[in-house]
Parts: sequence; structure tokens; C-alpha cells
Amino acid sequence: MSTQIPKQTEESTETEAETQPASKGEERRAEKRRRAAERREQRQEEEAEKAAADESTVELKVFRYDPQVEGKQEPRFDTFHVPFTKGMTVLDALMYARDTYDSSLTFRHSCRQAVCGSDAMFVNGGQKLACKTQISDLEEPVRVEPLPHAEVTKDLVVDMEHFYEQMEAVEPYFQTDEYPDGELEEQRQDRANREKIKMSTRCIWCGACMSSCNIAAGDNEYLGPAAINKAYRFAMDEREGEEMKQKRLEIIEQEHGVWRCQTQFSCTEVCPKDIPLTEHIQELKREAVKNNLKFW
Amino acid sequence: MSQSYNRGLIEDFARWREFEAGMWAWIFHKFTGWVLIGYLFTHIAVLSTGIPAAGASEAAIAAGNDVYTQTIVSLEGLLLVRLLEVGLLAVAVFHMLNGTRLLLTDLGIGLDAQDKSFYASLILTGAITVASVPTFIAGAF
Repeated sequence: MSTQIPKQTEESTETEAETQPASKGEERRAEKRRRAAERREQRQEEEAEKAAADESTVELKVFRYDPQVEGKQEPRFDTFHVPFTKGMTVLDALMYARDTYDSSLTFRHSCRQAVCGSDAMFVNGGQKLACKTQISDLEEPVRVEPLPHAEVTKDLVVDMEHFYEQMEAVEPYFQTDEYPDGELEEQRQDRANREKIKMSTRCIWCGACMSSCNIAAGDNEYLGPAAINKAYRFAMDEREGEEMKQKRLEIIEQEHGVWRCQTQFSCTEVCPKDIPLTEHIQELKREAVKNNLKFW
Repeated sequence: MSQSYNRGLIEDFARWREFEAGMWAWIFHKFTGWVLIGYLFTHIAVLSTGIPAAGASEAAIAAGNDVYTQTIVSLEGLLLVRLLEVGLLAVAVFHMLNGTRLLLTDLGIGLDAQDKSFYASLILTGAITVASVPTFIAGAF
């Protein structure tokens, strides 16, 4: 977070100034900082009061939790009143709240246009991409929580490590041992095949599907919808060749692979990129069956 | 694949408000499945009274005085049992219809209409249950 680093340095200099008052100049500077902080707090409070009284504001209830600060270790909800502007997304509102009221409010975001996949959150009881969710589509108060079924690091930030591990378990990169004849020949994919894998290439690794999946919540070894979709993207790519496809099918047809899916369709519903995840998982199940059942 | 992973304390703090059709179908399917398993055992218990009844005299069976007939008659005399039978039919019908829906899903048929097929199975279950009420409740009062 951009606001986190300066805050930390500020805190450390403050403690230094308290422990060893080296010179008059430093004392003066510390005093000045203190006053500035007071002024900032006062201004924030005024802003908050004004916004709460205003009609055209949105009420945000944001999950807060910080294991490193005493007094914030108990999860709680903070209410922010954010002035509504046309086209405002949940991410815009959160950024306004952070910049105006509470700079310690922590959440991931980067591109703000549903490409980077950093800001998947639990908004009003569903997994949403905050930058792609219009405030006007939501009921008030808007409840923003971190993704369920993942450990919360701070406020709206969850530990994505497990999700990334599952993604990497399916080897999410192009591999082949079938090359075209000429040395400088391109590895072409025909249009029909490209069309087949088109939707599956759109995954932005936001983790919304994994968070919505009940099975993934109960079974940590389950690959999860995103990873299986990644496997689909490469297993269905004809350029990878027959041998490689066998290897990929071996990964996904394990006990905790595709067979754990119980077709709840939650992943398909929450996917911000509209990937038909359940459809892909089901197709891989059929591929796996076809691969193993041979009556001839 | 990755190691098992502790997801931490705050897990239960946030809960769903937005369940979609597919999720409800999953929950109902699990629930009806367990109800049917539970029923299976009571069903076996009631039918088992036929074992001692088989040893009863011809006259007792003809007169309907054997254990099996007595058990069935006394159970069917209870209004609660009649109502539970209507519930059992509803549960069984939903489980069958949704099971067919899941079968089609496994075959890759109608994945885009999965929510509609769930609603259809709900409506059909309701209709069949309502139609069965006269049959089950007749003579219970």
C-alpha cells in the first residue's frame, strides 16, 4: 500500500524522538508533527460528520482487523460515509475513505480496470471485483469484507499464497515437444481451437472463484476452479501435443483434482471475467473418463 | 499438490447473503439425500415387523391381527405420519428431479440453463406434492 510505507517511517521517527530528545530543532519538529496529526484528525472527523449528515453519500461498512496493533485484533466493522459520484465503484469508495478518513485502511488494488485481479472482495455477501462493481447496483449500507475461506492478513487483504500454490500445481505455462518442421516456422493455432480456449485464457488470478467454492473450503488439497480452468486452457490447446495432454490429464484427474467439483456453479456465478468455469471442469471430467475407459 | 493450510481465526466472521440457484440446488440435494438415508432405516425397521408376523397363524393374518398389519395400521392412523409421508414424497421427488439435472450437467447438457432447470424441478416438486395431498391425507381425520 502506498500509504503504509510513509506511515511506518513516520511512526519510527516519532518513537526515536520520544526516546532521545537530541536537539531543540528535533523537539520542535516533533511538536509540529504532533500538531499536524491533531489537525488532520480533526479535519477527518469534521469531514466524516459532514458526510454522515449529507444525503447524497454512500454508507460503507468495512471489515477492519489488524493482528499487529493492540486494540485492532478483534475484528470489527467501521462505517464510512462517502460522497456518491456517478459511476462510482466499490474500489473508488474505498479509496476515498482511505484518503479522506483513515489512511490505515488497507486493501489491494492496482489497475482499477478489472485486469490485474488484485481487488477481489466480499461485497454485500458475494465475491466481487471491487473495481468492477458499481455502487449504484448495490443495496445500502455496502458491506465490504475480505474474501472468505482465506486467512486475513489485515483489513481487506487476504493471504493468497494457498491460491497461488494451487495455480502453480497445474503448471500454468505452455509446454510442448511438438515443433513445426522449419526452424523459423511459427507455432500456429487454428481458429477453432483458439475459440475453444478463448474464455479460459481470461483468468486474472483474482481468487473469487476459489473463495466462493464450498468444496475448496473444506478440502485444502482440491485444486479449485481457477487452477482447473488453467489446466483446461493448456490441456485443450492442440499445439501442446498428445504426450503433454496426457501429463496434464494425469494432474487434473487425481483424487483432489476435477472429481471434487460438485457442480454448485458458485465459481461461474462470481467470476468477474465470465469464464464458464463449471463447464470447463465438467468437460475435463469427461476427458478424464474418456482417457481411462477404453473398451476396444 | 500443496500442503494442507490453516485458514485462520476470522473464517466464520463473514458469511454469505447471496446464494445463487446452483448453490441452493446443492444444499437441497445434500439435505434431501440425508433425509432419504434416514428414512431408509425407519423403513427397514417397520418392514422388519413382517419377520415375526410371518410366523403368525393363518387366521390371525386373515383377520389382520398380526404384528405387521397392526404396526402399519396404527402408524397410518397418526396424522403426523400422514404429513411426514407428504414430506417424504416431496423430498424424494426433488432428489430425483435434481439428480436428473445433475446427470445432465455431468453430460455437459444445459449448463447455461442450470438455474432454470433447478427452478423447474422445484416447481414440479411442489406441483406433485400438492397433487399427492388428497391421497395421503384421506381418512386421517
